[in-house]
Amino acid sequence: MSESEMLAQEVLREAERLRRSLSGNFRDEMVKSLYAEAERVAQRAVRPVGERKYDLDRLLDRLVTSPWTGLPIMLLLLAVIIWITVVGANIPSELLAQLLFGIETFAADLFTAWGAPWWLTGFLWHGVWRGLAWVISVMLPPMAIFFPLFTFLEDLGYLPRVAFNLDWLFKKAGAHGKQALSMAMGFGCNAAGVIATRVIDSPRERLVAILTNNFVPCNGRFPTLIMLATIFVAASFPPLLSSFVAAATVVAVVLIGIGFTFLMSWLLTRTLLRGEASAFTLELPPYRPPNVWRILYTSLIDRTIFVLWRAMQTAAPAGALIWILGNVYLGPMSLAQRLAAFLNPLGHLLGLDGAILLAYVIAIPANEIVVPTLLMIYMGTGMMTELPSLNMLKELLVQQHGWTLLTAINLMLFSLLHNPCATTILTIYKETGSKKWATWSVIVTLGSAFVVTFLVATLARTIFRQ
Amino acid sequence: MKRLNATGCESCPAYAGLEQMGLRADHFDRVVALAGNPNTGKSTLFNLLTGLKQHTGNWPGKTVTRAEGGYQFRGVRYKLVDLPGTYSLLSASQDEEVARDFILFGRPDCVIVVADATALERNLNLAFQVMEITEKVVIAVNLMDEARRKGLEVDTRLLSRELGVPCVPISARRGEGIYDLLSTVADVIEGRIQTHPRRIQGTPEFQQAVERLVPLIEKLAPGVPNARWIAIRLLDGDAHVQEALLSGELLRRVARQRQAETSFSRKMAVEGRQ
Repeated sequence: MSESEMLAQEVLREAERLRRSLSGNFRDEMVKSLYAEAERVAQRAVRPVGERKYDLDRLLDRLVTSPWTGLPIMLLLLAVIIWITVVGANIPSELLAQLLFGIETFAADLFTAWGAPWWLTGFLWHGVWRGLAWVISVMLPPMAIFFPLFTFLEDLGYLPRVAFNLDWLFKKAGAHGKQALSMAMGFGCNAAGVIATRVIDSPRERLVAILTNNFVPCNGRFPTLIMLATIFVAASFPPLLSSFVAAATVVAVVLIGIGFTFLMSWLLTRTLLRGEASAFTLELPPYRPPNVWRILYTSLIDRTIFVLWRAMQTAAPAGALIWILGNVYLGPMSLAQRLAAFLNPLGHLLGLDGAILLAYVIAIPANEIVVPTLLMIYMGTGMMTELPSLNMLKELLVQQHGWTLLTAINLMLFSLLHNPCATTILTIYKETGSKKWATWSVIVTLGSAFVVTFLVATLARTIFRQ
Repeated sequence: MKRLNATGCESCPAYAGLEQMGLRADHFDRVVALAGNPNTGKSTLFNLLTGLKQHTGNWPGKTVTRAEGGYQFRGVRYKLVDLPGTYSLLSASQDEEVARDFILFGRPDCVIVVADATALERNLNLAFQVMEITEKVVIAVNLMDEARRKGLEVDTRLLSRELGVPCVPISARRGEGIYDLLSTVADVIEGRIQTHPRRIQGTPEFQQAVERLVPLIEKLAPGVPNARWIAIRLLDGDAHVQEALLSGELLRRVARQRQAETSFSRKMAVEGRQ
């Protein structure tokens, strides 16, 4: 034992001895006198002046945190935000797609005219560029609408009210009420949601919050949900209704995700992470008028561009990889076709197909690129080279690849429940400092995804005899 | 480095002498920490001073890691560290640990405790705990505009007298009182304002116990920033501090900090300061 260690032990022994010699409640006395002191000083320094104005905050809080109106108001707000996103993103998405795919055709023609080798044109423009074009046109408009709306509610002070409303549900699930806050952050980005769990004091409850954060769809997954809801579910309704149906579908998927958050928290607190929910105090801050310019800056520059940049960084290499997989042939089939064929039996069992599973494997670095990846796998082996509109997309999926409503629904469910993206897994590893929990986060989510999609597929096939 | 003229306040006396340095906080002369309860506007003040765009949000617990930036005031370069908001420094949740460790071992030249004028009592609890650790404290009584709207008036002069450290009324969102705050911070650091923080004394036996422990701790870890505070924590049976002492973590931190200090003063010497 070194000298300093011995000294440390001595200090501790002495402290222990002194602590026992002190009267038992000296600590309580300290804390009590600290609080009394704070109270005395504050009372002297603060005095009310004039008439207290009518308290709008309290009235609002009575509405948004009431047991009767709190939850419906929350659902309504969520539905309105998603509806605005669905309606607003549609046209800019199509315009962007037309522009970017126009550039692809133009540039590829130019390359051919210059006599560039076919593989260079293909790799650069039909591979890397197409990946980027998809990510930008599918993701940018919904994010540019969703993020500012979300930031507005956040700056207004609505999030703590959400935590307040959901507290009893989390408590029933054996989890911490503040998990509602990290869950809400998860709608923006699951990695951010995992970091936000630091506000939870108890390590056990924090782990529950970390492992279940991925069940709320992040912004990388919202566009996928919105697109599928628009072209598969809403398309069979009259145009006037379709945007509402699309929004309702996405809300339903989000609710299923929140339901899974509770279910899995409940399961975890009864198996791996047994224990009682701890009490906590949550402050409801006053509503503050948000600053519009700051909201736009935060949500557009910091969040939208940041997420988009990350997606582009992974989309470009993914695009290149898919192009290679689609154009390197082993015998009569390309590598992509072979891999998809290999995964097909499992995909079929889950109501999906091999190409979808392959897309999810390739898109592990970032969920944003699942749909673009999938389309590139399909298109690399199909006849079409570009897809300027959502209708043509639907034609491709239904007619050439045999998609049904079941495929769309199960893809939405799979997208909601499947494993976290690489960034989130890495964040979980960093936050928990354990490979075990990072692995569990994948097992819990991927397991749920497999079980749920399998059950839905089997049920649908039994009922409709497909 | 840009002047704060984006808001057109270039000529406004409130900003005279303030230059935002953003992330360029590598060559700083002083370190200032921002502590306070959650949701009192620390990040808003941080953004205002540094010109950075830390995320702010109206919910407690928005900042869970510490953010760093810089500003220059009257030719002195300050590194500003935005700590997670906490209600106390006594429990062991991670955000509180980040805040506590920095105030203790980061050895800031000054800690600004950002307090919410509309809920002063609760905010003073934390202020007292910070004053236990360091005496270089300035209290920024923020949200003065909100307090006025709620019909509350805060007497900051009386507050300064009661607490023994300067209290400056500000409104970070509107940029009010910032010049006062910065010059007070500078004065406290340079010793032009002497602080005498009011500390909770406790019973006579308790004080004796603290006095017995302090020399032992100083012998164990020479140069430890605040032996008194560590003694109080040990008497309180704080498992975290006990652990830090036994594992040698405390010693390592003190050593690291002294090393940083030496290289810092060498740099100052090279640059011809002091």
